[in-house]
Amino acid sequence: MFDYQFLLEVLIGGLLSGVMYSLVAIGFVLIYKTSGVLNFAQGAMLLFAALTFVSLVERGAPFLAALAATLVIMVVLGIATERLVLRPLVNQPPVTLFMATLGLSYVIEGAAQLLWGTQVHGLDIGISDAPFEVAGVLISRFDLFAAAVAGSLVALFALFFRYTRTGLSFRAVADDQFAALAVGLRLPRVWAAVWIVAGIVALVGGLLWGARLGVQFSLSLVVLKALPVLVLGGFDSITGAIVGGLLVGAIEKLAEVYVGPLFGGGIEAWAAYVAALALLLIRPSGLFGQKLVERV
Amino acid sequence: MPTLISAKSNWFSSEALWIGLVIVAAYGIIPLAGTDYLLDAVLTPFLALSLAAVGLNVLTGYAGQVSLGSAAFLAVGAYAAYNLHLRFPALPLLIDLVLAGGVAAAIGIVFGLPSLRLRGFYLAVSTLAAQFFVQWALTKFSWFSNDNPSGVIDAPTLSIGGVAFTSPAERYVFTLTVVIVLTLLTLRLLRSQSGRNFIAVRDHEIAARVIGVPLLRTKLLAFAASSFLIGVAGVLWAFAYLRTVEPAGFNLDRSFQILFIIIIGGLASLRGSFIGAAFIVVFPLLLSRIGAALLGSVFDSGVLEMSQRIVIGGLIIVFLSAEPRGLIALWDRAWAAIRPANRSLLPS
Repeated sequence: MFDYQFLLEVLIGGLLSGVMYSLVAIGFVLIYKTSGVLNFAQGAMLLFAALTFVSLVERGAPFLAALAATLVIMVVLGIATERLVLRPLVNQPPVTLFMATLGLSYVIEGAAQLLWGTQVHGLDIGISDAPFEVAGVLISRFDLFAAAVAGSLVALFALFFRYTRTGLSFRAVADDQFAALAVGLRLPRVWAAVWIVAGIVALVGGLLWGARLGVQFSLSLVVLKALPVLVLGGFDSITGAIVGGLLVGAIEKLAEVYVGPLFGGGIEAWAAYVAALALLLIRPSGLFGQKLVERV
Repeated sequence: MPTLISAKSNWFSSEALWIGLVIVAAYGIIPLAGTDYLLDAVLTPFLALSLAAVGLNVLTGYAGQVSLGSAAFLAVGAYAAYNLHLRFPALPLLIDLVLAGGVAAAIGIVFGLPSLRLRGFYLAVSTLAAQFFVQWALTKFSWFSNDNPSGVIDAPTLSIGGVAFTSPAERYVFTLTVVIVLTLLTLRLLRSQSGRNFIAVRDHEIAARVIGVPLLRTKLLAFAASSFLIGVAGVLWAFAYLRTVEPAGFNLDRSFQILFIIIIGGLASLRGSFIGAAFIVVFPLLLSRIGAALLGSVFDSGVLEMSQRIVIGGLIIVFLSAEPRGLIALWDRAWAAIRPANRSLLPS
């Protein structure tokens, strides 16, 4: 007979791990919305942030000092990216910018590991991974914590976009770059700010993912998990990133458990991509993405 | 990439003599004078990667469809040729080669279908699906590798009509011939109406549709031709170069490598594919020599790999912003400076 309890457990586990994907995807959406760049280097930034933090802690820095130092480094990285990568490529087609961020991801990954070494670091942020039981369903404490972090991050962003001047300028640039330029917004400054914010998101994501998987090179591969999330949710919607993350998490786990055995398992790697592709064929700009209007 | 100029057709005639000389050298001098190391570890992989880059350039450089799944088609070609050879021993190797390319083309068409609805990033992401799916399938189903548990295949001896190509020099000549023939065929394709359609779709898809370019046919042809070339390159990679391959060798990094070749070498330039491939093959060797000479033992393989990543990534950014037409544009400019008489013939 069909085990609904198990289904529920798989579903909840999937949804919670999906939150972790959303956390990565939000960084993408921020940059895409404001500068039209699909930032492939988001995963590398995540690795860089986590690796820097862990290495500082291992060298004896206190938790908060290491966090602050990493934050400063991510800010510098954001400014440097705008100055060295985005500014020379202004007005280039989006695909060119995408390939530039591919190059950027190589540079950041290389630099991170050249600086801090390639060994695997454990990262303990003080949250136990022990599951607890709610109505007979096991839920991971860590996943719940990650979900809470992601939730507060999104709430914070909502407030930031709504009530601060910088947030307002982000929205203006996302809405219409030329109009924003015309009313006197300084695009380079806004872009630098966005990359800084994305760097901070990468830091948060890096700490959570690092605590889960250990801080190592494969951390930068979460970017590949985030891409189907973006496709499902649409590249330019934070809501989409959240919903897409949840969907991908759920689809992956359910597919692995219920469809996987038919193929001999291991389909987690591409199930999300196939789901994303199927959706794209019906809705080419994702669930929440803006419809593309083309003018000739 | 609308900023890129279309392929000019007159370089061939102006440099025909030089190309003739290169071919004579490639066939007459290198196989005799080159060391086994040069032939086996540098030239053969260079040629195979060049062909793969030519294939990706047809799709990305000329037709403007970004693909991140090239390595998947290399793998499809290699494993298809292996299985054709294994299961139909009567077929000559050349037929296997062509059929393997055909299998890659068929799979390319399947994964190219989304391009009819998707553009830009969405398409790039969907080609990643090909990358992960193929790699998973080859590892998962041991049928593809004749029941080898880890999906490893050993390539059969290259032989055509009783002539075996076993020594490094012979395998190099085999690879060289296949690459030259296919590159010339690609050149023909790009200069035909279909080739012009590729460029029209790349430069402005809607405008192309308005003037009557058949989008469906053009895009699928680009995917098919590109996958065919990359598939054959995969056969060369597996049969002539490595001779023992596993699915993990065709991972995402390999796809990026081929993309980097055409960015560094020059998008929408066949010569650029070759220069880019030469650069990607030679650069790590040079870097390890220079690094070892300058830094001594500090420069171990880990440091080498990381500094290689940094330099390649940095070069991508530099080329995209400073010279989007890649090394080949630098080459042409240098050429024009040496021989001012040729200046008018070269793309500006």
